Amino acid sequence: MSARVQSVAGRGWWEDRRHAAREAQRYARIFGRNTASIAGLLLVVAFLAVALVGPWIVPYPEDATGAVHLDRKLQGPSRAHWFGTDEVGDDVYTRVVLGTRVSLQIGLVITVIAALVGVPLGVVAGYVGGATGEIILRVTDVFLAVPALVLAVAVVSALGPGIVNAVIAIALVWWPGYVRLVHGKALAVTQESYVEAARAVGMGRVRIAFVHVLPNCLSPILVKASMDMGTAILTAASLGFIGLGAQPPNPEWGAMISHGRNYLPTWWWYSAFPGLAIYLTVLGFNLLGDGLRDVLDPKSRL
Amino acid sequence: MKAYVAARLALLGVMLFGLLCVTFAITYLVPGDPARLAAGPDATEEMVRTLRARYGLDRPLAVQFTTYVGGLLQGDFGRSLRSRNDVRDDLLRFFPNTLELVTLALLLAVAVGVPLGMLAAAYRDTWVDHLARVTSVSGVAVPAFWLGLMLQLLLALDLGWLPLGGRLNLTTPPPAPITHLLLVDAFLRGEWATLGDGLRHAVLPVVTLCFPALASILRVNRAEMLETLQQDYVVNARAHGLSEFRVVTKYALRNAMIPTLTMIGLRYGWMLGGTLLVESVFDWPGIGLYAVNSALSSDFAPVMGVTLLIGINFMLANLLVDLGYAWLDPRLRRTAS
Repeated sequence: MSARVQSVAGRGWWEDRRHAAREAQRYARIFGRNTASIAGLLLVVAFLAVALVGPWIVPYPEDATGAVHLDRKLQGPSRAHWFGTDEVGDDVYTRVVLGTRVSLQIGLVITVIAALVGVPLGVVAGYVGGATGEIILRVTDVFLAVPALVLAVAVVSALGPGIVNAVIAIALVWWPGYVRLVHGKALAVTQESYVEAARAVGMGRVRIAFVHVLPNCLSPILVKASMDMGTAILTAASLGFIGLGAQPPNPEWGAMISHGRNYLPTWWWYSAFPGLAIYLTVLGFNLLGDGLRDVLDPKSRL
Repeated sequence: MKAYVAARLALLGVMLFGLLCVTFAITYLVPGDPARLAAGPDATEEMVRTLRARYGLDRPLAVQFTTYVGGLLQGDFGRSLRSRNDVRDDLLRFFPNTLELVTLALLLAVAVGVPLGMLAAAYRDTWVDHLARVTSVSGVAVPAFWLGLMLQLLLALDLGWLPLGGRLNLTTPPPAPITHLLLVDAFLRGEWATLGDGLRHAVLPVVTLCFPALASILRVNRAEMLETLQQDYVVNARAHGLSEFRVVTKYALRNAMIPTLTMIGLRYGWMLGGTLLVESVFDWPGIGLYAVNSALSSDFAPVMGVTLLIGINFMLANLLVDLGYAWLDPRLRRTAS
């Protein structure tokens, strides 16, 4: 808000930019003080980089699309196959690296759909209120009263297994978290004097909701979205592990662990490495989310 | 307090109705015409129509919903396509196993998470605190099914210390049922060998299921303790010369427990979801494994039965937490009613 107030006061565009740059520097300093946040940022950047250049850095790109090399099946980690090979001779390292892109897509689609559905509903429930708001909140409560994984399994068992259906199912049960979050924030923002001022000059309720209330909820939404990238990836991997998510030869981490499970303990690398990839990815997004919260939304801690 | 309990019970009714609406709606997600699917590919129009009439699928939605709810109220959860069993009987058979698993995991999570969170806050930035923080960030990031497999690999397959899965060895006869909770029954009947075998089988699933919950309980408790340790009454208690142990356990912990209690309730529900994964890994004969196996063979009625059962359990847990809250904190009690 302060940037906007200053331009009203007659300062130029240049002043605004300098102010924004100073703010960014301050945020970066707070963020950089915490080793865990930096570790999270590095993990996420590494994850994004691997997702981006994956197809060009893997030794056997065809192994992620159903190639079969029975002559080299179930070999242990070696110089040629860093993470070993699976039961059809595919390179596990190649599949784990290319699985990064699959997980990134899954995480993004679920988080974006959930936010697009949940945020407007939360603003309506928190600021517009009334009977509509009440109904939205009750429906939200019902969804929150069943663990996301259970509801997702129920939806997938109706739609049929597969990665697209798994993503649809998870997105369908993921939005209520955003309604709750935004509803709470919107209620708080409504008490602020600039919202009262907007009301006094005759601005409509819907317009106030989206011009004044929503932008002030952005920080917590961003923090939650960062955390959700990790959790959504974890949930999709869980469905993959159960066998209701991605199907072979799609290099999805959860499904890989599920197949590798049949080859424990002798061929341990088949399950071990994809799991490590999930762990590091989710850890990265969680730590990043924590760090962002310290900077953007220091009042809420949990 | 009475008014508050009444209001809270009314809300539970509304939520249950909503849950039924959601499960009913999910059954409508099934692509295609269920009557045609049931009739098979060679069925004539006539046969499909007959089936549709028999299952009431030609009636208006409101009537179908009423029939559905009426059936559930009489304990009719439908029939499993695979086993032809009544879903209700299956749920009654499998639920005690899940209840034991979740209860043990929750007890362990609280027993370790709360003291560790307290210690981490009291000895901030020492090695205890670092250990607690690593545990809390790892616990929520590690995939439970993978952790389970790795524990199995190390402790059951490699070292052979613990059994791989199941509830009892094949040679151990289960105790005659009293409560249908295997460990409790073995204890009540004094069958110590069975009890020991059951406990050995429980170790890995309980630890796996408890880890994420332990992590978040620890995290909340640590954060709350750090906050309460700064409060005036704590400073005051110290100034009066009370021992640090007393200050931490009596003055700070009690107040930090209120948000921790919320997390415990929440985690109970999430654990019920986690049983789908953990029971699959350890072949634990509970409702989670039942739901997964049914979902994999497109056997719909058991999946919906488990969804309802878990939803109802979670709602009841939330009710207990809210009532516990009101009981702990008189201020809430007054504003709520």
